[in-house]
Amino acid sequence: MTIKTKTTDNNDAAPANRESASKQKSISALALTMSLLVGVYFGIVLTKSEVVRWQRVHDMFMFRELHMYLIIGVGIGVAMVSMLLIKSMQVKTIEGEPIVYQPKPFHKGVVIGGTMFGAGWAITGACPGPIYAQIGGGAWMALVTLAGALLGMFLYANVKSKLPF
Amino acid sequence: MVDFIMQPWPWWFSGILVGLTVPLLYFLTGQGFGISTSLQQIGAMCSPGSKLSYFSKFDKRTGMWTVMFALGIVIGGFIATRYLSAQSIEFLPESYLSLGGAVRLLAGGILIGFGTRYAGGCTSGHAITGIANLNWPSLVATIFFFVGGLGVTWGLGRFIF
Repeated sequence: MTIKTKTTDNNDAAPANRESASKQKSISALALTMSLLVGVYFGIVLTKSEVVRWQRVHDMFMFRELHMYLIIGVGIGVAMVSMLLIKSMQVKTIEGEPIVYQPKPFHKGVVIGGTMFGAGWAITGACPGPIYAQIGGGAWMALVTLAGALLGMFLYANVKSKLPF
Repeated sequence: MVDFIMQPWPWWFSGILVGLTVPLLYFLTGQGFGISTSLQQIGAMCSPGSKLSYFSKFDKRTGMWTVMFALGIVIGGFIATRYLSAQSIEFLPESYLSLGGAVRLLAGGILIGFGTRYAGGCTSGHAITGIANLNWPSLVATIFFFVGGLGVTWGLGRFIF
């Protein structure tokens, strides 16, 4: 089974990349199960590292502590070395597919949307991953954050064609 | 050892495990690490037959992996809080457990949903995976995440926190 995808946001950024509905490739049950398991792993890491706490995010933006900066920094470093190894050793997925990074393109939304997201991150103390982890951890108020995020996504879907790109 | 796990994890340990999510996900699922696409997937699933290209042009079948991943994060948050923590975790400060707090979370959530979709990614897709792949637009995105976050914290923050 193939899992070549263009799931990312770039789809709508570059029309040439759009996969027509008729040519949709399916994703295997194994890949979906693995997605769930890696999600569990990542949810545990987010929670135990305290990235999910509003206070940690606030202290990052207040420059009170380096905790968050160090986690993101080490994370980028480890991911970078991993990508170099994957490329140089031509590592394949467990289903034998090549591993290819799909670059995200630059457009005005990277600046405007990026700034909006940063503001939301500071207010709610959560980026998208931590919203899900907070809900799982029993912080029910995070359901309001998720409702807001879905509302924001629907809003974007409706006004997308009128936004600077 | 048990004590190490039950306490909040140090930055170096957390950072390594966060970074390893990228190769793990590529190796096991073939997908690039990113979480905010799950919002688009949920939107597309909730809007069958929508005329909006943002939903109709989206590959919902492959996109299913993002919802599975998000569901996994919910379960992971539950396991970590319930079974892997010596003390309870304060996710949000007291002041957020109020009507005013709910309004702030909703407004902030809207900014997250709109902003990440407009920017094409969040901390995972842009800051970690993007920069790790030397994708320069992702570095620009990350810089502006901090422009927005610092702007609110040091500017408007005095009124909202």
